[in-house]
Amino acid sequence: MEAVDGVDALKKLQTFKIDMILVDINMPVMDGLKLVSLVRQDPKVKHLPVIIITTEGAEEDRSRGLALGANAYIVKPIQASQLLKTINEILNNNNHHRK
Amino acid sequence: MDDKKDIFRKSEDFLQMLQKTREFTEELLKENERLRFRLASYEQNQDPSIREDHQRKIQELVEKLQDLEEQKKLLELRYRQVEEENKDFAHRYLEIEEQNNNLANLYVASYQLHSTLDFNEVMRIVMEIVINLIGAETFCIMLVDEKSSELKIVTNEGLDEFKNERIQMGSGIIGQAAKSGESYYINQEVDSLNGVDFYHPLACIPLKIKEHVIGVIAIYRLFVQKEGFTAVDYELFSLLAGHAATAIFSSRLYSQSERKLTTIQGFLDLLTN
Repeated sequence: MEAVDGVDALKKLQTFKIDMILVDINMPVMDGLKLVSLVRQDPKVKHLPVIIITTEGAEEDRSRGLALGANAYIVKPIQASQLLKTINEILNNNNHHRK
Repeated sequence: MDDKKDIFRKSEDFLQMLQKTREFTEELLKENERLRFRLASYEQNQDPSIREDHQRKIQELVEKLQDLEEQKKLLELRYRQVEEENKDFAHRYLEIEEQNNNLANLYVASYQLHSTLDFNEVMRIVMEIVINLIGAETFCIMLVDEKSSELKIVTNEGLDEFKNERIQMGSGIIGQAAKSGESYYINQEVDSLNGVDFYHPLACIPLKIKEHVIGVIAIYRLFVQKEGFTAVDYELFSLLAGHAATAIFSSRLYSQSERKLTTIQGFLDLLTN
């Protein structure tokens, strides 16, 4: 499922069953960091794993993203296998915690 | 007087002690002589067959020792060979892992490119590949205008100020790449912090269907964290050169045919009504 910006993503999170959020930082209307922060405050969706995928490679951006509650922070350009590995790790961790 | 007596007595004692020491030394020398004699007679009287047996055993042991030395050398050699093979395997493992990563990227790119027939969607996907998988920050996609034989920007990232630029086929780096169908690359080491020179991109990849060039992707700046083009980038460029061209061409044909179909349908509706 795709959302065009942060606001659209929040609407879709309330409407559809989502397993994981992959979010960019630079988005129109509402940026990714704001979205992560709102997701983490919403009791209905705050448990969802979030991966930030962005061009912002500075260490302070990474720290900020993770501090806001993202589970992983990947800097573009993406290695598809690295992204898959991260997704698997997060999903496995989540399953493990649920058990 | 008493002192003299004492000295005399002490000297007597000393002489006695010397005498005893001499006797003891003589006894020791005799014993030594006796033992040497016994050893010599023992060696002389020893059974020659036992001696030969001992010699043989010693020889066998020497030979065995030599064998073991040889085996040790061989094992050391084998160990070094195995170590080399191990390093080679580790190196190959890394290479295969990298190839695996590259293939995953190429698969994602190719899968996305052929997932739609909508022209705008295809352009968006090409842009996403250039941003997400290659790591380009500033670039544009130019298509050939068949009527004027010029390259026109159809979409761009960070190049809005040049969006109305046109380039003649064969003119400059971009025009030449489009005319020859050959990709152009230079190193990222060119100072990418300075302003963009529209006519001097870092890379220019012609979009080709067989030998027919339909446009180019010109890259001007990479992300800060991306130091330069990597091996997989060149693979992606070659994939883009073919697959993006096909996807763009197909989507353009599809939207044209859709438009024509709507027109014809409208015309038929008009006739039948």
